[in-house]
Amino acid sequence: MSKTVFKRPKSLKENIFHYCPGCGHSIVHRLVAEVIDEMDIRGITIGVPPAGCAVLAYNYFDVDMIEAPHGRGPAMATAIKRTLPDRVVFSYQGDGDLAAIGIAESIHAANRGENITVIFINNACYGMTGGQMAPTTMLKQRTTTSPAGRHETLDGYPINVSEIFSQLKGSTYIERCIVNSPAGVNKTKKAIKKAFQCQVDGLGFSMVEILSLCPTNWKMTTIDSCKWMDEVMSKEFPPGVFKDTIATAKKTAEAT
Amino acid sequence: MNKVLMSGNNIIAEAAIRAGCRFYAGYPITPQNELTEYMAEHMRRADAGVFIQSESEIAAINMIAGASAAGVRVMTSSSSPGISLKQEGISSMAACELPGIIVNIMRGGPGLGNILPAQGDYFQATRGGGHGDYRTIVYGPGTCQELADLTMDAFDLADKYRTPVMILADGMMGQMMEPVIFKKPKPRQYSEKFMLRGAGTGKSKFIRGLLLDPIDSEEHNWKLARKYDVITKNETLHEEHNIEDAQLVIVAYGTAARIAKGAIKRLRDQGMKVGLFRPITLWPFPELKLRALSAKIKNFLVFEMSTGQMLDDVRLALQGYANIEFHGRPGGAVPTPAELANVIARLCDKND
Ligand SMILES: Cc1ncc(C[n+]2csc(CCOP(=O)(O)OP(=O)(O)O)c2C)c(N)n1
Ligand code: SF4
Repeated sequence: MSKTVFKRPKSLKENIFHYCPGCGHSIVHRLVAEVIDEMDIRGITIGVPPAGCAVLAYNYFDVDMIEAPHGRGPAMATAIKRTLPDRVVFSYQGDGDLAAIGIAESIHAANRGENITVIFINNACYGMTGGQMAPTTMLKQRTTTSPAGRHETLDGYPINVSEIFSQLKGSTYIERCIVNSPAGVNKTKKAIKKAFQCQVDGLGFSMVEILSLCPTNWKMTTIDSCKWMDEVMSKEFPPGVFKDTIATAKKTAEAT
Repeated sequence: MNKVLMSGNNIIAEAAIRAGCRFYAGYPITPQNELTEYMAEHMRRADAGVFIQSESEIAAINMIAGASAAGVRVMTSSSSPGISLKQEGISSMAACELPGIIVNIMRGGPGLGNILPAQGDYFQATRGGGHGDYRTIVYGPGTCQELADLTMDAFDLADKYRTPVMILADGMMGQMMEPVIFKKPKPRQYSEKFMLRGAGTGKSKFIRGLLLDPIDSEEHNWKLARKYDVITKNETLHEEHNIEDAQLVIVAYGTAARIAKGAIKRLRDQGMKVGLFRPITLWPFPELKLRALSAKIKNFLVFEMSTGQMLDDVRLALQGYANIEFHGRPGGAVPTPAELANVIARLCDKND
């Protein structure tokens, strides 16, 4: 008898990902789908994909989804959750989407303590539009719009979203992960599960920032990309738990 | 039902709640703040009503899009600069066929302009405002009673055609108080199949505006166009006032139409036969009704609190069958009935 050790999560449709080889989006989609399966919340989950490489996420996730205009995912997710408080609502966003055009919607959703989950893909560039500079692009990193490398006096600094969001009184759980190794992938899945559980328990805003590969626009092999993430990207964006007030939030919830 | 005395902004808010609006998001801007404040106070009394003071008008329009998808009646309101910010969201709601009400209590523009009543957003409202081939149904109420009635009707129409509907009034209408009677709202008719509420054990759904395949995208555009044709055929509204014996007809909407009625009274007292054609739906514009008048009336005067925007629609409607004059005051200057009467009296002299 053979034993199944690996199969498609039920919450993923049988469509072939359009993502480039080595892309981190594929990994994270799978992780989110596995978590939805394991928590048995497919039927009550509503996802909000962004404008960005993940714009077609509704072709992959087998849950109800509504595409948001660029950057506005957290506003939509806020409204869906407030309208249907017993559903599980997540937005899925890139770094241009969340940290540039949609920074206001994101910060305010976090600050209001909206009981939603944000899956934040930090790939240090604008993937979909062809590799332009993102707010998270590294100093000296060359992109199509920072051809001489990002320079702080011209372009400012890479923005540390998890650090900022952890300072907001409204946020409950903020973790940064990295998907460039099996260990990192496993850790990321745990963080995603914790974030969704935080929401299911009604404890407030959760976000998982995921350092993610974009070999195409970094113009590197997948292996070099993984190395660069260790040697450069994770120095600027150290993985870790930046905020976890789940225990106190639970106590407050129990007391009231 | 009893008559109540309320201001325009409060009337819209109250009518919306009575019509079953259960999600409102807005950002403060004069001269519509009373609407947002009324919603903050009174959404609480509605069963499961949600009020959010959003971080911007952009967030507000996307919030109502989300709540609309989740299956409730939704509204946002703002004034001119804020409505400019909402345009991407309105286009997106039209593309995704999400019903929702957008209220614009217009002020003087362009730019920051001022906070006085104006009608300079007619082009923006009736031409779509945002990007792409879409239309927004636009009501131009002319009395507080109409604010109440049309707000309720707007929710029905938005559901019926699954499209955003705009209520285009101005600072004068928003601030003025008149007695109104709130009619009984109709029960909502909107299929669950358009709502996104989690797949349960069934098939998952998605709502999207992105259509990468040009053939799919073209077909979607034509589908929307066919819907707009049906709306144009069935939903135009207008009022005719003192038309029967008129030798000159003023075409005006909203506050300008009220001023026109004052002018008409003065002119008729002096024996001048002047009437009013008042579009109530600005899109679809009551084009055929206006054209029909040109069979016997040869002189029209378009009167707007702008430099002349609805004027284009009147020209398109009359197609050269009649003379068209224009009088307008833009930028928050509100003409008096006496001023308009003088303009018309001079015109009548010229025509004699
Ligand atoms: C209002 C608006 N501006 C610009 C765009 C074009 N656009 C689409 S996706 C995108 C950025 C994508 O980058 P990111 O959010 O980092 O996601 P990624 O593609 O890297 O996953 C941009 C600028 C748009 N769709 N809408
Ligand atoms: S461009 Fe980058 S982010 Fe987009 S699919 Fe390709 S690898 Fe992934």
